Amino acid sequence: MNREVVIKTDKLTKKFGDFIAASEITFEVFKGEIFGFLGANGAGKTTAMKMLIGISKPSYGKAQIAGFDVYKQTEQIKKNIGYMSQKFSLYEDLTIKENINLFGGIYGLSGKQIETKSNELIIKLNLYKEADKLVGSLPLGWKQKLAFSIAILHEPKIVFLDEPTGGVDPITRRQFWDMIYEAAHNGITVFVTTHYMDEAEYCDRVSIMVDGVIKALDSPAELKKQFNAISMDDVFLRLARGAQRGD
Amino acid sequence: MRTLLFLLRKEFLQIFRNKLILRMIFALPLIQLILLPYAATYEMKNITLSVVDHDHSEYSRKLINKFTTSGYFQLTDYSETYDQALDQVEKDVADLIIEIPQGFERDLIRESETKIVIAANAISGQTAGLAVAYSNLIIKDFNNDVRAEWLPQSRFNTIPVIEITGSNWFNSQMNYKKFIVPGVLALLVTLVGYLMSSLNIVKEKEVGTIEQLNVSPIKKYHFILSKLIPFWVLGLIVMSIGFVISFIVYGIYPEGSFWIGYLFAGVYLVALLGFGLLTSIYAETQQQAMFIAYFFMLVFILLGGLFSPTENMPDWARYLTYINPVSYLIEVMRMLVLKGSSFWALRYHFLIITGFAVVFNGLAIWNYKKTV
Repeated sequence: MNREVVIKTDKLTKKFGDFIAASEITFEVFKGEIFGFLGANGAGKTTAMKMLIGISKPSYGKAQIAGFDVYKQTEQIKKNIGYMSQKFSLYEDLTIKENINLFGGIYGLSGKQIETKSNELIIKLNLYKEADKLVGSLPLGWKQKLAFSIAILHEPKIVFLDEPTGGVDPITRRQFWDMIYEAAHNGITVFVTTHYMDEAEYCDRVSIMVDGVIKALDSPAELKKQFNAISMDDVFLRLARGAQRGD
Repeated sequence: MRTLLFLLRKEFLQIFRNKLILRMIFALPLIQLILLPYAATYEMKNITLSVVDHDHSEYSRKLINKFTTSGYFQLTDYSETYDQALDQVEKDVADLIIEIPQGFERDLIRESETKIVIAANAISGQTAGLAVAYSNLIIKDFNNDVRAEWLPQSRFNTIPVIEITGSNWFNSQMNYKKFIVPGVLALLVTLVGYLMSSLNIVKEKEVGTIEQLNVSPIKKYHFILSKLIPFWVLGLIVMSIGFVISFIVYGIYPEGSFWIGYLFAGVYLVALLGFGLLTSIYAETQQQAMFIAYFFMLVFILLGGLFSPTENMPDWARYLTYINPVSYLIEVMRMLVLKGSSFWALRYHFLIITGFAVVFNGLAIWNYKKTV
C-alpha cells in the first residue's frame, strides 16, 4: 500500500504517576480513511486522542500528525486538525452564525470564505430559521451536527471526533455518519472514538483498546473473521471481557 | 491581530448578551456609592446618654444641657440611681452614663473642685473612646464657661492657657463622605476587574469550550489579551459611572487630574486582571474561583484602608498592605480626589502598581498552558 500516512504513532505512552493510561500505542492512519478508535469507558481512548491533538504531552514514544511532531510542533498540528470533543464545546450563548464566524476567524479564514462557508453550512444543515438563534436553544442532535460541521470548516487534514454521537437518536446518528462519509470522501481523514459497535462497522479500519493497550487493529470484516464472530459487538465483547478497568 | 479581533468580538457579544451582568455593572456603582458612604460613617452623632443627677442644681442642669445641645449625645432618660442607669446600658438603650454626685454645685462653688462619673459601654471600643473623648471636650468647655462667669472682670488670667486651634487641610469640613467615596470607587474597579475576569475564564473551563480553543492554533497571548481587554474596558466604564454618580450625589469630583486617575486605574486594572487570570488558572470550577476570589477580596479590602486607616494597624498588618494592590488604588484615589496630587507626587504608587502588573501577568502567562 502506498497511501499517504497522516497519523503515525510508535509506542506512544501516557503515564499518570504509576498509572499507565495509554501503553505503547503503535498504529498508522491513512489519508481519507475513517479510523474507528474503540474501547470501553476508561480504556484510555480520550487520553490517547489528547496526545494526538497536541493538548497532552506523551510520557514517551513517538507520534507524527499530518507530518508534525507531537512534542515540538503542537501548534502546527493544531492548524491542520479539527476536533470535536465529548463535551459539547461550541458557545451556547452565541448564535449559529456567530459560532461559525468565531471558529472560521480563529483558523484564519478570510471574511469572504467565512461568509460562503457559513451560507453553505446553513443550507446543508437546513438551519435557515435558526441561524440567528442561540446555539444553546438547539436540540442535541442538531448541536452535534453543527459542531462537526464547524470542526471541519477550515478543511483540516484530519478531524478527531471524541464520541460524537453519544446521546443522539438513531436517525440523527445515521445522518451524522453520512456527514462523516462525505468528509472522508473530500479527503479529510476521520479519527473517531465510539461505544456503538454498529458504528464500528461503518469504519474502514478499527482498533480496539483494552486497559490502555491496543488489542486488535484491522478492518471490521477481517476482525470478525479473525475472532470468528458474527458482529463487531461480538468481537468487542471477547476482547473487552478481560478488562480490569472501566466504570 | 485578526484572530484577536475575532476573539474580542466573541467576548463582547457574550458580555452584552448576559443581561444580569450588564445590569449589575450599572447597579453596582449606583448602590454602593449611595449606600456605603451614608452607612459606614465614623462620625458619632447619636451617642445615647443616661443621666443620674443626684444634685438637681442649676449647674448640674447646665452641664446636662451642654451635653444634649452638643449634637453628639441624645438623652434617653434620667435614672434615679447608678444601678438603674447601668440597667439601661445592659439593655443597650444607653451608651454612656453621667453620674452627678450630690453637692456638685456646692463643691464647685466652695472648693472650686468637684467630681462626676462617666461610664461608657465599651463593647465597641471605638464608640466608647469617642464618647469619652467628646465628654471630655464638653466638660472642659463647661469648665471654661464657669471660670468666665466667675472672673468676668479679671483682665489678667492667673492660669496660663495654651489654646489649640486646628485647621483641617484637604478636607476642611472633615466630610467623611469625601473620604469614603474615593475608596468605594476603588472597590468598584477592583470588584469588576478581579471577580469578573477570573470567573469568566473558569466558566470556559467548566463548560469545556476552553478545550476547543486549546486545540485551535490561537496563540497564548491572543487568548490572554481577549480576556484582559474586555474587563479592562468594563472596569474603566464602571469607574466613569462612579465618578458621575459621586458628582451628582455628593458633589465630589477630583481636585487633581482625571487623566492621572484613569492612567493609574488603567495600570491597576492590568495588574488586577493578571491576578484574576492567575486565579482562574488554578481554579477548575466557578465555585472554586468564587471562593478564592472572595478570600482575596476580603483580605484586600479589609487591609486596604477603606474603612479602617492603615496607620492604625499593627506593624505586621501594615507590611501586608504594602503587597496589597487595592490599598494603592484607594490611596491614589483619595490623594487625587481630596488633595489633587500631581503625577510626580504619585510616582512611587505608579512604579509599584506597574510592578504588580508585570509580576501578575508574567506569572499568568508563564502558568497558562494550552494543554490539559
